[in-house]
Amino acid sequence: MRFIFKTDYDQDIRLFQHGGQVFWYGLLVALLIAAPFLVSEYVLSQLHFVCIYSIVGLGLMLLVGYTGQISLGHAAFLAVGAYTEALLQSKGMPFFVSIISAALLSAAVGVIVGLPALRLKGIYLAIATLAFNVIVEEIVTRWESVTGGNQGKHLKAIELFGFRLVGDASFYYLCLALTALSCLALVNLLRSPTGRAFVAIRDSEISASCMGINLAKYKTMSFALSAALTGVGGALYAHKVAFITPEQFTLLTSIELVTIVIIGGIGSLHGAVLGAAFIIVLPQLISIGKDWLPAAVASQSGLQSIVFGLVLIAFIIFEPLGLYGRWLKIRSYFQLFPFYRAGTFRRQKSYMRSERLR
Amino acid sequence: MSFFRVENLGVRFGGVVAVAGVSFEVRQGEVYTIIGPNGAGKTTIFNLIGLIYPPTSGRILFQDREVKGAPHHVAELGIARTFQNIELFEHATVLQNLLIGRHRHCSTSLWQELLFLPAVRAAELSHRAAVERVIDLLDLAHYRDNLVAGLPYGVRKVVELGRALATEPKLMLLDEPSSGLNPEETNDMAFWIADIQRELGITILMVEHDMNLVSRVSSRVLALNEGRMIAEGTPTEVQSHPAVIEAYLGGAAR
Repeated sequence: MRFIFKTDYDQDIRLFQHGGQVFWYGLLVALLIAAPFLVSEYVLSQLHFVCIYSIVGLGLMLLVGYTGQISLGHAAFLAVGAYTEALLQSKGMPFFVSIISAALLSAAVGVIVGLPALRLKGIYLAIATLAFNVIVEEIVTRWESVTGGNQGKHLKAIELFGFRLVGDASFYYLCLALTALSCLALVNLLRSPTGRAFVAIRDSEISASCMGINLAKYKTMSFALSAALTGVGGALYAHKVAFITPEQFTLLTSIELVTIVIIGGIGSLHGAVLGAAFIIVLPQLISIGKDWLPAAVASQSGLQSIVFGLVLIAFIIFEPLGLYGRWLKIRSYFQLFPFYRAGTFRRQKSYMRSERLR
Repeated sequence: MSFFRVENLGVRFGGVVAVAGVSFEVRQGEVYTIIGPNGAGKTTIFNLIGLIYPPTSGRILFQDREVKGAPHHVAELGIARTFQNIELFEHATVLQNLLIGRHRHCSTSLWQELLFLPAVRAAELSHRAAVERVIDLLDLAHYRDNLVAGLPYGVRKVVELGRALATEPKLMLLDEPSSGLNPEETNDMAFWIADIQRELGITILMVEHDMNLVSRVSSRVLALNEGRMIAEGTPTEVQSHPAVIEAYLGGAAR
């Protein structure tokens, strides 16, 4: 077991708490950078998706996991990002301009969606965001002059500094760099006053506002940041699939995004990335598993949805802390061996709290 | 100039008059206590001062400025409060809870924070130093890195007091600081309240039931019953006031 002897306040806010973290994260980054040389083309293509979903997952985690505002409409932000990117690229804008515009436009839409969040909570907010998703989906389908409607829209390869990003490896590095930047930005935010204000709003709005936190400002900010990251993810997604249609941004996509956050582990950035990886790997596992199932079951078209649903339910019941929580438990089992006890992570029932005032 | 004054404050919820025509003044540096039987409207007055409900009548003046707007404006004026049933940030550590108390002193912008520029680091370190002073005062060092969700009730109560102190308020509103505490913890609380008033010079307005604690720390006491003021004065004066005895024990006890 590792004991960290603290002699300086800075030790609590620095990026890496101890040498072990530097080593493991360094190793991870090295492996990710080396990945194009190590893995097959197919796996690399899946890694694109893991990166893209990680960015979106991080955005949603900020909103759901840290600010405590549920959203069932994130596919709409994904759509805003994707279509902005497609449109600006077809107008000949450089990639830098188009991806930043995608982020900013999504953020602006996020602010608009954030406004009802000032009055709505829990299930009502979920329904409002769900409605928003349906509205955006409808707009994207009908506004044919801009979005191409059901005909969809094609995207060309990205051009960066005059180079065309052809080939999987270069696009992979772009996605990887943006994922790393998003992670870093969120880690920074969460160790700053704004991140703490988000957590405060999640845990108790009433006392957050009594501590001087402007609820309206921070909730909108959280929606905007979350939407901006999702917009960036959407823009990359558009390039990845090279052809976007409204069917890619339905309510089911939104639910898939929420699944990332729940399976990964609510309230941890690691969780967003793990959840994204899981949601990409699971369909592969299902298709492998199909070989073992009787033909009558394996050929059912809804098999994947059923498995997704079951996995989600299983996580909510058996591991509410998600994959990252499971990892923490495994890690402390080995760190404390043989003293780990099953109750270590169990939380006490919370005490009665002041009457909810709104 | 008055430090903190409430004039003719009243609120009604539908047909229920919760608080009616309450006026009082808190002088700088004193401990002013509001007592009264259950349902007298004590916590409601706190919620009115905190702008959690809009009052139906009257106004609240802090250093001759009217207190109005949203709850976070109250905190920005330098008024901090604690809650009767504890409203801490459960899934954060004690340290993080206290740091949230520093929020009104935070001035770094979002962009600086996303990049964690040296200015943010410097500000964070100074907030940490301020929080550590509170931790020292309240003896919380042992619990610094514990999640609030796993702490016993008595400690949570102290953390809440600490969080209010971390805002460096001019006026502190304590809603039943001793409720749910055992006699020993209540004793500690009395010492801290006295320390906060004398050493930090923070004015305290509190709601309290424990008459022992009230008489130990309060300069003046206001008694309420059914939303109306029935007596005001020193703790002994109020305790022996006939209307107060009647409110607590009923008319027959006289």
